[in-house]
Amino acid sequence: MSEPYLHQGAGQRIQKDLLTRWYRQLEEAPGRGEKVAYLFISGNIGELLQAFGMRLVYPEVNALQCGIKKAAGANILAAEDMGYSGDVCGYVKNDIGLMAKGNHMPHGTQLPPPDLLVCNYAGCATYLRWFEALSRYYGAEMVVLDVPYLQGTEGPAPEQVRYVVRQLEELCRVCERVTGRPFDHAGYRRALELSRRSEGLWVEILQSARRRPSPIDAYFEAVFFMAPLYVMRGTPECLGYYEAVHAEVMERVLRGLGPAAAEEVRIVVEGPPPWPHFRAFGELFKRWGAVCVASTYSKVGGVWDFGFRHDPGRPMESMAEYMLGCYTNRNWAMRSRMIRDYVRDYQADALVIHSVKSCRSFSVGQADLREQFIRDFGVPTLFIESDLADPRYFAAAQMKNRIDAFFEALEHRRVTAGA
Amino acid sequence: MSRLESLFSAARAAVEDTEFRALRAWKEEQPGRHCVGFFPVYAPQELLWAAGALPVALWGGGDQVEVERADARLQSFICSISRSTLELGMTGRLDFLDGILFSSLCDVARNLSGVWQRNFPGMLCEYLHYPQNPASGGARDYYRGELERLAGRLAAVTGTEVTAERLEHAIGLYERQRALLRSLAAVRTAEPWRLSLEEHAALLRSCGRRDPRAQNAVLEELLALLPARECRRRDGVRVVLEGSFCEQPPMDLLRVLDEAHCFVVDSDLGRGMNWFRRPLARGDDPWDDLVAAYFESAEPSVVRHHDSAERSARLVERARAHRADGVVFCTAKFCEPALYDFVLHKAALEREGIPFLSVEFEEKMASFESIRTQAETFSESILFFAEEKEAVS
Ligand code: SF4
Ligand code: SF4
Repeated sequence: MSEPYLHQGAGQRIQKDLLTRWYRQLEEAPGRGEKVAYLFISGNIGELLQAFGMRLVYPEVNALQCGIKKAAGANILAAEDMGYSGDVCGYVKNDIGLMAKGNHMPHGTQLPPPDLLVCNYAGCATYLRWFEALSRYYGAEMVVLDVPYLQGTEGPAPEQVRYVVRQLEELCRVCERVTGRPFDHAGYRRALELSRRSEGLWVEILQSARRRPSPIDAYFEAVFFMAPLYVMRGTPECLGYYEAVHAEVMERVLRGLGPAAAEEVRIVVEGPPPWPHFRAFGELFKRWGAVCVASTYSKVGGVWDFGFRHDPGRPMESMAEYMLGCYTNRNWAMRSRMIRDYVRDYQADALVIHSVKSCRSFSVGQADLREQFIRDFGVPTLFIESDLADPRYFAAAQMKNRIDAFFEALEHRRVTAGA
Repeated sequence: MSRLESLFSAARAAVEDTEFRALRAWKEEQPGRHCVGFFPVYAPQELLWAAGALPVALWGGGDQVEVERADARLQSFICSISRSTLELGMTGRLDFLDGILFSSLCDVARNLSGVWQRNFPGMLCEYLHYPQNPASGGARDYYRGELERLAGRLAAVTGTEVTAERLEHAIGLYERQRALLRSLAAVRTAEPWRLSLEEHAALLRSCGRRDPRAQNAVLEELLALLPARECRRRDGVRVVLEGSFCEQPPMDLLRVLDEAHCFVVDSDLGRGMNWFRRPLARGDDPWDDLVAAYFESAEPSVVRHHDSAERSARLVERARAHRADGVVFCTAKFCEPALYDFVLHKAALEREGIPFLSVEFEEKMASFESIRTQAETFSESILFFAEEKEAVS
């Protein structure tokens, strides 16, 4: 018998340490005279801002942390008291509520205010509305990086890349002014090289899920594995993290271990998780031996598994291409093709779509995707709804019924097909 | 029915006909005519016209359309206009369109473009990205490229290349229309009882439903007839209506505001039709004029990023300029851009001491009684405080 399986051994431990240190550095930034930039995960330009010595705050990561630590509900209510509607994105409300209550994270960190709001508008129009609000509340300067939505299915067009590159160069001038430091070109390129290597390891980790059994869960685990790449990409710590996780995953492969005691069903998952009910949600799949072999949410900060890498030889262009290629900046034809490729390449039995009310960027079009996968592609598809931030939208009993019914039907189908 | 009344009712019919009979007839009148629909808010209508297509404003289904087939494609937490527009498409009612245009106003509209492409593979479906970084030196070039790309795609369907002459002429036509709409709005500002809000809204919306040449003639005639219209001066409060830039409030709701003596003297109703706050500066190159207009002449709107403080300041300025006593936020249910904007505007109005009321609507709303009560209370409280102030001073 194999040794008891360690759910996220190295991956979890190191990640926790890294994030703890990250938050500590944020807290200390104002005291050290370091400038603080706020920015978004999707299409983030961490390497570039770090080349000006800036410390980075990702309000979405704060929202995720508050969600998983069960602090989001109270923050959301605080924002609703200020006039925010029950129908707008819970991440925004979490952040604004958090701010209104003094910016103390649930683990104690006191978040510093922004010196610069870098709105990397890649894939979500709410980003604009969010930082427009923060710029009013903090009185902070806001810069937009306008990343046009992709057209067609061939990826970014040259004029789109040119437009984004130009804005990145313009942003450098702003950062020089705000930090009083010149742009460290060489440092930026070095960071991109570290990113490139981390991205390569990340892709190997993700693609390990093509094996049977899959050594990882590409949703319930990968959403943790992805954090350093989204938050501190381009740092040696980040690369070290992926080396460790990669080694762990390869060891699982050697031992034939996977996240489930027995891998019964392989699923592809589209959509963000319900952070405030993350564990309970995961259990509903575990019961059925369902293992996620590919997911789109783990690509929310960047899509690397179709070959893209940051390139120190084309520092601005590759950054622009990265931003343009973000998952939610891809049109539905591209998203649908990507998911279909996942189902095929990872030999999945079914698609699970988790539609979250908060995030229209992710969710509008998912119901149509379900129709397409069921009718055109013949892929069994489960469509469930709740929210990624707002704990009030999770109907546990109903969720369980839907999931159970789906896997029962899937099992039945398999038995009859096998008979 | 007087001539005036018949013009109003024709405008209303043009807006409420979800079978689009008049537009179908218009298209059949002459071979080679084309229609291209555009989803709100803004679309460069002159470019569509110059490309040989009549721009058709898609205002959703109003209270006429039951969302059944589209219900399986779009979740229930999405604004009515998106759902009912898709329903119109899925029930064949938009099959007279040669193309459809979506843009970057919000993620709902953006993603809807993809749903549309998949469900109507035979129809040209274009997506236009409006620059959101006006400070960038690259924004104008990028936008011009977008317009040229769109013109090329349209030409492939209509067979008409957009030349500078054609564009110049089309800008003239739509500039005329916007000037007429400004005059119409001025009537409402000066004497709200002369033109009901419902009538005003129907005229505004019908601009996206008619040949602009014919529509301009209608507006001219109306403006000539209005001063002699028999009407009684009515008392009430003057308000700016904000938040209805995309999905349009039901006509019944607009009537209720008038009835509650909340006179809307300025609004962002059908904002796309009134996108520019001033006549466009004209130079040698009509493409450049159109590009410059987007950056320099557009009314601040939450669907176009620019300094958000300026957006609230403009709302306050509009309220002052129109001698408004308050602001009514009239927001489509689930419309995120409007809902975000509300909170920032609200803070600005509170600072300025301008009273406001906030109401939400949906296309298929059944009852307006609670809005009536709120509007009545709102206008009464403003009148009451005004009297009190007078008594004190
Ligand atoms: S809408 Fe979605 S992507 Fe945008 S801020 Fe909210 S959760 Fe993030
Ligand atoms: S009503 Fe609001 S949410 Fe809906 S499409 Fe229009 S702007 Fe977007």
